[in-house]
Amino acid sequence: MMAKLNDKPLLSARNLGKHYGQRLGCRDVNFDLYEGEVLAVVGESGSGKSTLLGLLATELSPTAGAVNYRMRDGETRNLFDLSEAERRFLLRTDWGFVRQDARDGLRMGVSAGGNVGERLMAVGGRHYGRIRDTASDWLNRVEIEPERIDDLPKSFSGGMRQRLQIARNLVTHPRLVFMDEPTSSLDVSVQARLLDLIRGLVSELGLAVIIVTHDLAVARLLSHRIMVMRQGRVIETGLTDQVLDDPREAYTQLLVSSVLAA
Amino acid sequence: MTQNLVTLEGVSKAFTLHLRDGLKISVVDSVSFSVKPGECVVLGGPSGAGKSSILKMIYGNYRCDHGRILVRDGDEDIDVATAEPRRILALRGSVMGYVSQFLRVIPRVSSLDIVAGAAADSGVAQAEAWARAERLLTLLNVPERLWSLPPATFSGGEQQRVNIARGLAADRPVLLLDEPTASLDAANRAVVVRLIEEKKRAGAAIIGIFHDEDVRQQVADRIVDVTEFAASKAA
Repeated sequence: MMAKLNDKPLLSARNLGKHYGQRLGCRDVNFDLYEGEVLAVVGESGSGKSTLLGLLATELSPTAGAVNYRMRDGETRNLFDLSEAERRFLLRTDWGFVRQDARDGLRMGVSAGGNVGERLMAVGGRHYGRIRDTASDWLNRVEIEPERIDDLPKSFSGGMRQRLQIARNLVTHPRLVFMDEPTSSLDVSVQARLLDLIRGLVSELGLAVIIVTHDLAVARLLSHRIMVMRQGRVIETGLTDQVLDDPREAYTQLLVSSVLAA
Repeated sequence: MTQNLVTLEGVSKAFTLHLRDGLKISVVDSVSFSVKPGECVVLGGPSGAGKSSILKMIYGNYRCDHGRILVRDGDEDIDVATAEPRRILALRGSVMGYVSQFLRVIPRVSSLDIVAGAAADSGVAQAEAWARAERLLTLLNVPERLWSLPPATFSGGEQQRVNIARGLAADRPVLLLDEPTASLDAANRAVVVRLIEEKKRAGAAIIGIFHDEDVRQQVADRIVDVTEFAASKAA
């Protein structure tokens, strides 16, 4: 996974910031993300982590800075200079976005197979039988019985919905996946299974992931690196186990000491 | 001259406890030593002297406040104290292994897969990885009926032996052993000693902490007394 050390970053945030009028969302965010790297952004609500994720996924416009992204053709572009068509293409093909609430990431009125197949059609898949086969294969990979392919996500449990979201996002072989608190709406026992599944897929597919979570145990299990945010700024960053086992900043020490055995 | 695989130069470490009014606890000061291929250096000194902290700094798990920690990767020396996270992860993937007495259980993965997976991740071919896993689990007296099960439900001793098998399955030129034999019975301690000897013959540089005097005597080429690096308590 980490074999290529001389490659260029997939994504680079430079002096990235956003104000909502006078109110600070986040500011002065700088980092590089490489292919295969999982970066966890942690902090409490109001820390700016959701704003940051929104900026990186181009759902929000920045008031400062740039996000440079290495496109599939090798060219590096500032995401905020892309045309709307280019941006949408990126979102549908090269990126995934797993939402906290599956209802925001799935089409609830469309069958499970349709939810997965739709992304394939968006990238030019036309052969119905082949799309259905691929969808069925992906349901299997996320541990949803293929017999459920024609069922609506409405009839699924919370854990199944999240797994379906993952299948829908990964079917186009994205290089970068954003995750916003993917496990926090689930029961603890269901969380463990989902985390295990995500972990396996991420390492198998060599995905780059930016995951926003308030749960340090999730960060520990999934991420290579961690960024701790507070009041809109990144206050500490580093190797995940180093930041969690030897936190330097007062706030990070407080966060780490506030959980049981993260 | 043989190239050192690990070199510590003037390494210092202190913890600042912000939640205790910024209390500063110095752990070690000016730690300097190096380890060659095939050599086993045992860190000595009483509990609390900073032995474990030194191992954790080498592995990049604890930060190093001052000094350099050079780990040989092919033909370059990487300074763990300043390397970026992905460089440290690359070192852990191919150069450095860390074995403690505690297994961080991975749900749903069988014991055999955990051990074979560790070997395969370090570049050992699949068939060889399986063979190695089976040999290690056999040597460490993990009953064969348990191999296909995840270790979550195993006894503490069984988990510990799976963990040792995992830590020793890979081919890594640098091994950090943090009391891997603690609470093992004599028979299993002897197995670990034998496995460490094998690693030394294969050219690994080993830095270890061993509570048991007999294990220490058998594996150590040199003992580094960590109390020599005691930080001035006035810090």
